[in-house]
Parts: sequence; C-alpha cells; structure tokens
Amino acid sequence: MKDLIKQVVECYGPAGNEKAIRELITGIVAPYVDEIRVDNLGNLIALKKGGEKKLMFAAHMDEIGVMVTHVDKHGFLRFYPVGGVSPLTMLGNRIVFENGTIGVIGCEKLEAQKDLTLNKMFVDIGASTKEEAEAKVRIGDLGAVSREFVDLGPRLVSKAMDARIACAILIEALRTVANPAHDIYAVFTTQEELGLRGARVAAYSIAPDVGIALDVTRTGDTPTSITMDVSLGKGPAVKIRDSSVLCTPAVRRYMEQVAKDNDIPFQLEVLEAGGTDAGAIQLTQGGIPAGVMSIPCRYVHTASEMVDYRDVENGVRLVKALMETKYTG
Amino acid sequence: MLLKRLSEAFGPSGSEGEVRDILVKELANVVPSWQRDALGNLIALKPGARGPKVMLAAHMDECGLMISSIDKSGLLRFRKVGGLDDRVLVSKHVVVGSKRVAGVIGAKAIHLQKPEERNQVIPLSGLYIDIGAKSKEEAEKLVKLGDYAVFATEFGHLSDTVVKGKSFDDRAGCAVLAEVLSEDYAFTLYGAFTVQEEIGLRGAGVAAYALEPDMAIVLEGTTCNDLPGSEEHGYCTSLGGGPAITVMDASVVCDRRMIAELERLARENDIPVQFKRSITGGSDAGRINQTKAGIPVVVVSVPCRYIHSPVSMLSLKDFEATIKLVKLFLRSIEGGFLL
Repeated sequence: MKDLIKQVVECYGPAGNEKAIRELITGIVAPYVDEIRVDNLGNLIALKKGGEKKLMFAAHMDEIGVMVTHVDKHGFLRFYPVGGVSPLTMLGNRIVFENGTIGVIGCEKLEAQKDLTLNKMFVDIGASTKEEAEAKVRIGDLGAVSREFVDLGPRLVSKAMDARIACAILIEALRTVANPAHDIYAVFTTQEELGLRGARVAAYSIAPDVGIALDVTRTGDTPTSITMDVSLGKGPAVKIRDSSVLCTPAVRRYMEQVAKDNDIPFQLEVLEAGGTDAGAIQLTQGGIPAGVMSIPCRYVHTASEMVDYRDVENGVRLVKALMETKYTG
Repeated sequence: MLLKRLSEAFGPSGSEGEVRDILVKELANVVPSWQRDALGNLIALKPGARGPKVMLAAHMDECGLMISSIDKSGLLRFRKVGGLDDRVLVSKHVVVGSKRVAGVIGAKAIHLQKPEERNQVIPLSGLYIDIGAKSKEEAEKLVKLGDYAVFATEFGHLSDTVVKGKSFDDRAGCAVLAEVLSEDYAFTLYGAFTVQEEIGLRGAGVAAYALEPDMAIVLEGTTCNDLPGSEEHGYCTSLGGGPAITVMDASVVCDRRMIAELERLARENDIPVQFKRSITGGSDAGRINQTKAGIPVVVVSVPCRYIHSPVSMLSLKDFEATIKLVKLFLRSIEGGFLL
C-alpha cells in the first residue's frame, strides 16, 4: 500500500485544479467500481453497488497551494494563498505548477522576521524577464508544494497527507472490500480547503442515507503542542466535533461499534478548529446523518505532514468494515 | 443613458425596487416575460429552442445606510448596509428613504475636536445624518426607523471615455446585462438581476436554485486599484485594461473551460482582457456555483475604481468591451460551445 500512498500524495492537485489527481485516482479505482463519473465541480464519484441504503464516503483530493496573481518585469511571480497557507511554513518551499515548472519561494527584505507576510513573498522560477516567466506560468495558474514522500518505517511523511492519505485509504478499501452492505458512493472531493465546496454539491446529487468524511486531524503529542487527546499510532479517530460539524451521534455510535466488533483500535477526536466535508454533507438537502474518520497527522498544512502507518492500515480496516456492515441508525 | 439612470437609482440591499422598475421599463420590448421571486430577484426569461440553459446574473443592490434611531434633536443615527468604509462616510450628501429626503452626514467641526480625535477615524457612533430637522417630531414627519439612505451622487463624464457615479458595483453589471438581453439567442437565457449581494450573496442562491441553469455568467463591477501607493502586483485590475476575468475569488473557483473560451474569443476579436489579480472578496458566482449539484460559473467584470464609496469611476471602453465579450460568448454557446 505504501506505493499507492506515495503515488497519491506526491501528485499535483491544489484546490481548484484537481485534474491530475482525479485522473490518477480514476485510473486506479475504475476496475473496482460499477459506475464512475465527474460532476460540475470536478468531484470524482464512484459507485460500488451492494445494498439498499446509500453510504457516501468523502475524501478530499485537493491540497493547499498558491495562485499566481502577477508576473513582474524580472520574472518574479506574486501569489495569493489557496486554502490555509502560512507564510511561516511556505518560505523556502518549492512550488510546482501543472506543467511541471518548479519555483522556489523567496521574500522581500524584512526589518524583522515577524514582518513576514504572504504579500511580501514571491515565487522565483528561474526566469529573468516577464516574457521568459510567462512562457511557463501565467496569472491564474495554481501551484502546489513540491516535496517527496518519505517512509520513516512506522511513520510516513509527505506534503498533502491532508487528505490524500484519506484518498489512499478509500481507494484501498474499494479495492479490497468483499461484500458491501450498501450502495457505496466513494467521492473524491474538490475544493475542501476553500470551504468544503465539492462535498456540498456531491452530497446534493447523491442524497445519501449516511455520509462519512475521511480526512486527517491534528494531534496533541508533540512538544508543547495544542491540548488535544489524539496521538499518532493509537488508531484512526472517530470525530465528535470540529468547527464545521457536530457528528450525528447515531453515525458515531455505528462507527465505534463496527470498530469494536472488528477489534480495530480507535480514538475519539474533539478538534477545536478546522472543518471537514462532513460539515457540508450534514447540512445538505433536508439534512444527512454524517460522521468522520480521521487519521491523526502532525504538522498539518506544512510540506512535511506526518502520519503513522499503523493508523493508516487500521483506517483501511475500519472503512472496509463500515462498507460491509449495515447502518441501522 | 441607462448606466446613468441605474447609477443614480435608489437601491440599497433589501430595497431594490427602483432599480427593478427601471429595468422592467427599459427592457419591456425585448424581454417576453419576467419572473419576480420571493426575495425580490428580477429574472428576465428568454426561452430558446435548443442548447443549454444559461443564467446571466448582475446584482441590483448597492451598499447603503439604514436609519437605526432618531435623536431628540432630530438627527438620524444609522447602521451600515454592506461593506462601506467608515472613513469615507463623514461630510457626504445622502438621500433618505424613497421620498429622497436630502441629508448630510455630519460630525464635529475641526475646531472643536480634541487633538487625539483628529488622528482617528470617526466611529459610526460619532456620525449622524442631519436632515435639517429641529426635533424628533419634525424628523419623524419625513423619516422613519428602518428607512435606507444612499449617497446622493450624480452621474457624470470626466472625459469622453471615463465616467463617475455611485454604485457602479454592480449597476455597471446590470447595464451590461440589460444590453445583452436586447438581442435574441437560440438557447434559453435567464437574465437574473439579483438582490442582497452586498450582505451575503443572498439573492443569487435562490435564483439559481429555482432556475437550475447549465452554466452561469456573473457580471460585476470589480475593484480596480491601479493607483499611487499600490505596488503593481496589488492593482487587482487596471482601468482601461478591458473586461476582467476572475479565475478565483474568496467565494468561487471559476470554470476553466469557460475562462479559456472567453480568452479565445477576446484574442480572436481583438478585445483586451485582463485577469483579476486578487482573490479577496466574494461574488454571486460563489452561491450559484454551490447550488444543488453544482453549476459551472465564470465572472466577467468592468473594472471600477473606488467601489464601496460615494463615487466610483469606470472606463466606457471597458464597459463596451465587456458587453461585446459577453455577447460573443453567448453566440459561441449558440454555435455549439458546451461544457
């Protein structure tokens, strides 16, 4: 499965331009599903038939990035953030564009380090003139962080673990599920980082009986970290709340019960800030019961997001078990 | 000139009736039927025989003020409706209510201000509208709580090609849409003049929900900051640089296929275009895009300097080019452009 993870996390796909990652996932899952389609917002919706009720899984395939807003006469690119991009963690990063062009992020002279803001930063793609730069990158082009996947043994590091690790889990579950107990709608959503936009319209068109978002969550297990009772290695987390959603209690109980019945370790998650696709799914149409399974992840929204491989494996087991266990809530 | 009448009309968010009336009258001969929904959106229905259903949207409402209390002295206290800048309010002419009672936003004269007051933006609590009434009773004969006020700005030419007036955001878009509606198309066209955009994109969402178009084009008057004090990368758009196409704003990612088609049409017809070079601020496109199962959208804007202030400015060349580009896009749909 690590090969799959490497492939999926390294792929280019900032929010608003998920074409490459969508095509990659389509190629992998198409043989394992009954129907597959792309909607108006670019969501990839795969259906694996199995039962009366519709169970929707949503894993977002977009990642944070930058949008080029200006090219100056010396070929430097100014940009706006796409999603929750911090100047602190962007400096020195390499940015890759859809056509493969690579640039590095630099910044203007600062009086003090605290003056670092995104509007003082730029991408340098090695061009010396506006014309030379514009031959490769134009205003409106989206860039994403470029960084290799690293396997540290029990732990894995990459950009875009948020939420490609969830995409990988959903793919692996689709590939290995034996007897789905529902019609499984596996949705690889777009624009989550910009406000849960893909999941909202996908949930509308599918109108599932239950929606479960798969995503990453923060942890409280690093030196002087936020206070949070989630750690790497203790299993996938069943979310109770974040700022977008109070998970439907019946869905949460269903997830906990399935985990217990299958001897899958899990932890409960209360996330103070941050949202997930479940927030959009739950409020769609007349209201849809919704829950979230999160993979604990350190250093979220940096170029080096870290997860524990055992949590990933247990995440696959839990998603598969959910697919195979009737929701009766 | 329609743009002049629209610019001078009284139409803060939630009170768009005057703008609606102008449009219905202006387009009486070219729009076969109208629909007015519960929120006040005005929708021109131009049914066609074939092709996709296309929605064009421009918002009728403008930023304004609402009277929140009347002092014993006859002065009117107010709240803002939409994103007006506190710094631009003081000493402006306004009109209050549909009877257009003239008033002035007053504040303490400079002689009476303490030194520290001179260094501060006057907070809303220190501002009032003076309509010349001497008492609460006298004021109440002319104005009541909940009445709106807008800036009393006359439309005018600054040169052959540059005009000034209030509320070009988004009366410029309304004027573009009205002009586009004057022609007939083979496909079904919905011209949605929306309400309450400035207070949260409220009208456009319900209009899109009811119409369920296959694609939508939002017509805007957008920020233009090509001015001293801004670095070139902070201009957003440039006056005279042609219609601005939005790739992304705070509310939406526009459809790349529609953007590419607009660019192609502009290139082949020698129409200058620019990309909007910021992604702050939302638009009706966000709400339309997120409606039902998702609707592809694009935003085309007339660059306007000084929006959300008493007076804004636009280039008629940009305005005309926007009309031309949107018409070409619709003809392209007629010719088979599909998503």
